[in-house]
Amino acid sequence: MASNPFKNAASASTVSGPPSGGDYLADSVFRTVALTCAALIVVLILYILWEIGGLAVPAMAQHGLGFVSGTSWNVSQEEFGVLPEIWGTLYSSLLALVLGGVFGVAIAIFLTQDFIHARLAAVFRTIVELLAAIPSVVYGLWGIYVVIPLLRPGAEWLHQHLGFIPLFGTELSGPGLAPAALVLAIMILPTVAAISVDAFRRIPYKVKEAAYGMGTTRWEAILKVMLPTASSGILAALVLGFGRALGETMALAMLIGNSNQINLSLFAPANTLASLLASSFPEAGQVEVQALMYAAVVLLVITLIVNIAGLAIQQYTVRKFEGKT
Amino acid sequence: MRISSLLSTAVLSGCLSAVAFSPAAFADVKLIGSGASFPQPIYAKWFKDFSAANKGVRVDYQSKGSGAGIQDFINQVVDFAGSDAAMSDEEIGQVKSGAVLLPMTAGEIVLTYNLKGVEELKLPRAVYPAIFTGEITRWNDPKIAEANPGVDLPDEDITVVVRSDSSGTTYVFTGHLAAVDDGFKDSVGQGKSPQWPKSDKFVKAPKNDGVTATVKQTPGAIGYVEYGFAKLTKAPVAMLENQSGAFVAPGPESGAAALASAEFPSGNLPGSDVPDLRAWIYDPEGEKAYPIATFTWLIFPETQDAEKAQVARDLVEYCLTKGQQSADAMGYIPLPANVVETVREVSQKIQ
Repeated sequence: MASNPFKNAASASTVSGPPSGGDYLADSVFRTVALTCAALIVVLILYILWEIGGLAVPAMAQHGLGFVSGTSWNVSQEEFGVLPEIWGTLYSSLLALVLGGVFGVAIAIFLTQDFIHARLAAVFRTIVELLAAIPSVVYGLWGIYVVIPLLRPGAEWLHQHLGFIPLFGTELSGPGLAPAALVLAIMILPTVAAISVDAFRRIPYKVKEAAYGMGTTRWEAILKVMLPTASSGILAALVLGFGRALGETMALAMLIGNSNQINLSLFAPANTLASLLASSFPEAGQVEVQALMYAAVVLLVITLIVNIAGLAIQQYTVRKFEGKT
Repeated sequence: MRISSLLSTAVLSGCLSAVAFSPAAFADVKLIGSGASFPQPIYAKWFKDFSAANKGVRVDYQSKGSGAGIQDFINQVVDFAGSDAAMSDEEIGQVKSGAVLLPMTAGEIVLTYNLKGVEELKLPRAVYPAIFTGEITRWNDPKIAEANPGVDLPDEDITVVVRSDSSGTTYVFTGHLAAVDDGFKDSVGQGKSPQWPKSDKFVKAPKNDGVTATVKQTPGAIGYVEYGFAKLTKAPVAMLENQSGAFVAPGPESGAAALASAEFPSGNLPGSDVPDLRAWIYDPEGEKAYPIATFTWLIFPETQDAEKAQVARDLVEYCLTKGQQSADAMGYIPLPANVVETVREVSQKIQ
């Protein structure tokens, strides 16, 4: 009878005991549910790709790679090209990433490296995260009514005095790349800041103590020890922020000027893929829908490349700075 | 016993007569429509009031855009559609149940501008198309100054704001410009989203409200919007020179004068016996007529189940009578009496 000593232990009123049949069942059910959910995500992504790709096939066959290098979007002539949109998407997202990245990481350092009291830091952090809850349309309107008038005097001065630099080659007529990138930077700020804060928090306290113990100043500790140690987390934050910037639609549609041109100037109107999709879909006829689906595929591919590149860089830094293999 | 049976008879007959005489004799009928966003504010009001006045009847309208509405109608997922660009012969050919196109209301497209201190701006016929082709680029261009003596026009670039989304409003506006100016016809042409000149002085904003907001925030900007939006936001609008050489401001009278010159084509829609009510007023005649006005259409199937047809006819009747009275206040133009008569007649084709 007493072949299983654990069974006896269970009958004694101890806390520990062997898992019961119910436990086994719950365990396997949970396992199955979790696996199914994970599989469903993959299936969903594949389905989306299949659906969009399927609709885009006629346009792909017709326009081929000329679609990616073409520069005009003329529905009545059935000429479709998205090079200006690809340019605008990458340019605006990169600008936003530089601005949002610098500020986001700075905020993370400020909030985690004992510059202010921990409670105050928690309050600040919540406020920064609140930025993520503001709807895109509100950002767009805020951009039109606040950011553009605010930028105008500075932009005019830059254009008049430094107009020979291509970056300031045009006047800011209203909507354009600069206000769009600025608003975009604010929109990705909460993502970058929140994940960077977590990355800094994950560093064991001992690391900092060891650095101080070796006689570093506070800034030496931050720049030479903390930042490299947190680098993989920060990179993940930047990749996520960049992905968010690439896909942002409504605020950009309102601020970027939706003009099909490639211009290096920060003050010229431009266009992005997401904005093109949002603007053209509601009234698009069949041929245009196919072209728009092709544009959606292009956007997906760009996002995919960015994510893979981000992952590769992240793994490289993990090896280099954190000494893991 | 007797009393109670009498009572029940009375109650029963009362109920019966109530059912028989109320206008809502139909058991829950629901009409679903989608389409143009240009008349959405007034449609929303009409359909809400109509549904409230008729028990058991509900009319829903989704403003998706004219193109989407027509697509839905062809795919038969809606009971009716709204469109600013009517329907092309080809599209009508694709509808299995036939189509009845009825002009329901009309609107004007206005040019709103942002010039500090300029309260009245007159734009001659040769000038405003040239602004939209990018030929005239400065506000103090001699051609503009000539038409506006005494107005202090700034030495500023003109920023042109157009629609970024494909829209019926753009279709009508570019149609007018193409009719008035050959240069515009050859360079930009008519379309729902035409190829505007590539310049950093041409910016695009989404929807009517996007254009209005962008013009308001950009000194030296000009853009086209539906009259109702300019009226709502009290944006300044330009007076335009019409065919007879008079400068006319948009408004109910000048809009009605523009509609008065509309002539419906004689004959029927292709492949049916429904009269063709697709009239375009690209360049209205008449001294008081505002030059850019357009009808907007409701599209019903020619054949459908009897109950829905009855509700559809009632709805049209309601829009033509009570509905027209609220048009003016909402920035739309009431249909002239002769047009109302024609539309009422044609609406009997909804069966």
